Amino acid sequence: MRVSKFISRWFAVFALPTLTAFSLAFIVPFVLGLVLSFCKFTTVLNAKFIGTANYGKIFTADSSFPHALGLTVLFALASVASVNGIAFVLALLLTRGLAGTNALRTVFFMPNLIGGIVLGYIWQQLLNGLLAPFDKTVQTSVGDGFWGMVVVFNWQMIGYMMIIYIAGIQNVSGDVLEAASIDGAGYFTTVFKILLPNLVPSITICTFLTLSQSFKMFDQNLSLTAGQPGGATKLLALDIYDTFYNMGPAMRGVGQAKAVVFFVFVGVVAFLQLRATRSKEVEG
Amino acid sequence: MKRQVIVGILATLTLTGMAGLTACGDGGEGSQTTGTGSTAGPSTSPDQVKGSGTVHYINAKPEIADKYEEVAADFLEETGITLKVVTAASGTYEQQLTAEMGKSTPPDLFQINSPQMAAQWQDYTADLAGTSLYGALTDKTMAITSGNAVVGLPYVVEGYGIIYNDAIMKKYFALADKAVDVSDASEIKDFATLQAVVEDMQAKKDALGIKGVFASTSMKAGEDWRWNNHLIAVPLTYEWEATGTDLSQPVNSFEFTYNKDFQNLFDLYLNNSTVAKGAALTNLAVGDSMAEFALGQAAMAQNGNWAWSQIDSTDGNVVLSEDIKYLPLYTGQPDDASRGLAIGTDNYYAINSQVSAEQQQLAADFIWWLFNSETGKRHVVESLGFIAPFETFDDTEVPDDPLAKEVKAWMGKDGVTNVAWGSKVIPNQAWKDNFTSTLTKYILGEATWDEVAENSVEDWSKQAKLGAGE
Repeated sequence: MRVSKFISRWFAVFALPTLTAFSLAFIVPFVLGLVLSFCKFTTVLNAKFIGTANYGKIFTADSSFPHALGLTVLFALASVASVNGIAFVLALLLTRGLAGTNALRTVFFMPNLIGGIVLGYIWQQLLNGLLAPFDKTVQTSVGDGFWGMVVVFNWQMIGYMMIIYIAGIQNVSGDVLEAASIDGAGYFTTVFKILLPNLVPSITICTFLTLSQSFKMFDQNLSLTAGQPGGATKLLALDIYDTFYNMGPAMRGVGQAKAVVFFVFVGVVAFLQLRATRSKEVEG
Repeated sequence: MKRQVIVGILATLTLTGMAGLTACGDGGEGSQTTGTGSTAGPSTSPDQVKGSGTVHYINAKPEIADKYEEVAADFLEETGITLKVVTAASGTYEQQLTAEMGKSTPPDLFQINSPQMAAQWQDYTADLAGTSLYGALTDKTMAITSGNAVVGLPYVVEGYGIIYNDAIMKKYFALADKAVDVSDASEIKDFATLQAVVEDMQAKKDALGIKGVFASTSMKAGEDWRWNNHLIAVPLTYEWEATGTDLSQPVNSFEFTYNKDFQNLFDLYLNNSTVAKGAALTNLAVGDSMAEFALGQAAMAQNGNWAWSQIDSTDGNVVLSEDIKYLPLYTGQPDDASRGLAIGTDNYYAINSQVSAEQQQLAADFIWWLFNSETGKRHVVESLGFIAPFETFDDTEVPDDPLAKEVKAWMGKDGVTNVAWGSKVIPNQAWKDNFTSTLTKYILGEATWDEVAENSVEDWSKQAKLGAGE
């Protein structure tokens, strides 16, 4: 009681530094960005209010936004499925007490520590080397560029998701597994009927992370394909960046409006996904 | 508990709100000075610049970033004025400029690269007509104007064309079985002769010890400016000359009348090269091409005078400075012989009209010192390596590099008209990127040349509209 009274009295003082930092680094830029999406501007402090005209131009000025939106959705679907599938299988393999498990876990996790731009350039060389005999590069067709990005994204994200799944699997009570084996459940029955239902919290967090990361992917996109050929492999974030910087200051507001739409879209998708998987979580 | 939370939030909002208000205050003051700035602008500077304070400059040429530190040291010593230089990384100048302009000490001196950019940044460009440096500009038509105001002051002249290695050319002309009449590279004066020489050289590449006549046609994203900015300048200039288009203003329509001129040279590059026409080209950078040239694997490469440092610094460079020469970009026009190098600039000084009159004057004083004082001129010629377009420089004050000397020589050649940089009126970067994409499709056989031409014409009017905010 005394402690909670103490907390409630001094809450504001202790929360203030964090709140200030959060406001300065997040809320202020966000509000400024929201305001700028209704303005014509050259720099952020030299803006003129023009109402909703920027939003009107998102879909009419050129077709790059709907195209990038469609491609991003496809990319997210392909990435979420492949990253989580492969990460889960690796997690299963690395929780069976095989020799060298710890070393392998570290190795699989390491790609996550490399920056996206560097990854993009390295993989560009690797993939172009593979494609060279077919007289292609990742920048010559949409398909190659798209699957190239999926490969890079997988390579980077699988290790991280694998660690989360491993933690989840290790959390499943040995009693439950033992009871299952006494009841005569085989390996696959155990995986699908016992492990998976108990892993839903891990699946929730992993799908959320991969989904939001794949929607926001920018640096690998820029360094791997740069949107080539002809902007056909631009994901949403790169399309917004190009609108903002490569079409002249008159289009900056439109880029800003795209960013706001992007935010709302990713927010809604992430919310729906969280609600859907949360509802399947069981009490352990 | 709830009350404290509200207090905390209110306190935070007050803090951030104050920050917001101050920011708005800055903006307000800024726009007020626009009014005074656009009417007056900086005026003449004394011959001996003296003063105090700090000039902020944002540099768009990362390759000479460290040279500006030497300039700043000497400038401070001679005049008492501090020069602070921020350099934008390659290809990010406009991003950097946008960020810097939003700061509390924005750049006083910055650069624009085209009339489009001048129009887009019109709230920030002071009138330079009264400055001493504009008074010394050799060719006043080179400046970017807006109404009666001079908003962009060119400060470096550059030239590009086909760079060739005369050692390899001499070797070819000495061959007994050469299929052409000319016997020296300087006798190539039109596209037909160039084509005949190049194709015959390609056929005899083993005898010449080269992999191909032209260095590879690099098409990697961001490494494509030799085509979408330079080669395209020739047909663009021919079109602007034919239509009498004013290049100091944004240009909204484009017909690509001379698209075959582009195709002639582009095909010649692609078909007679070190690297065969194909997807591999999309993985090559300008540096790769220049390395091939430096190593003697190629006899020719299209590039500008800035390429010398790249060639010279390549490990195993075999190209001697007396062997490196230029051919103009002959495209198959009847008057090819009277055409010279593509000489111009896309580097213009602009002074920020949003800063105080004193700061604007300091910026004007700095550029006058740089291009007028003995110390400044020495820096321009020796470390910055600029061919300066000002009367304060005489013919001997040229950088000591073979390509710069060639450019200077072509500028004074009798009976030759140099080709202007018609590409500076390209609507935006997006047009260039899209042009490269269609060129890549053409290389891969996925688009015909007519489709390339049509696409680029349509995209021009589209991007011009977007750029103007319509």
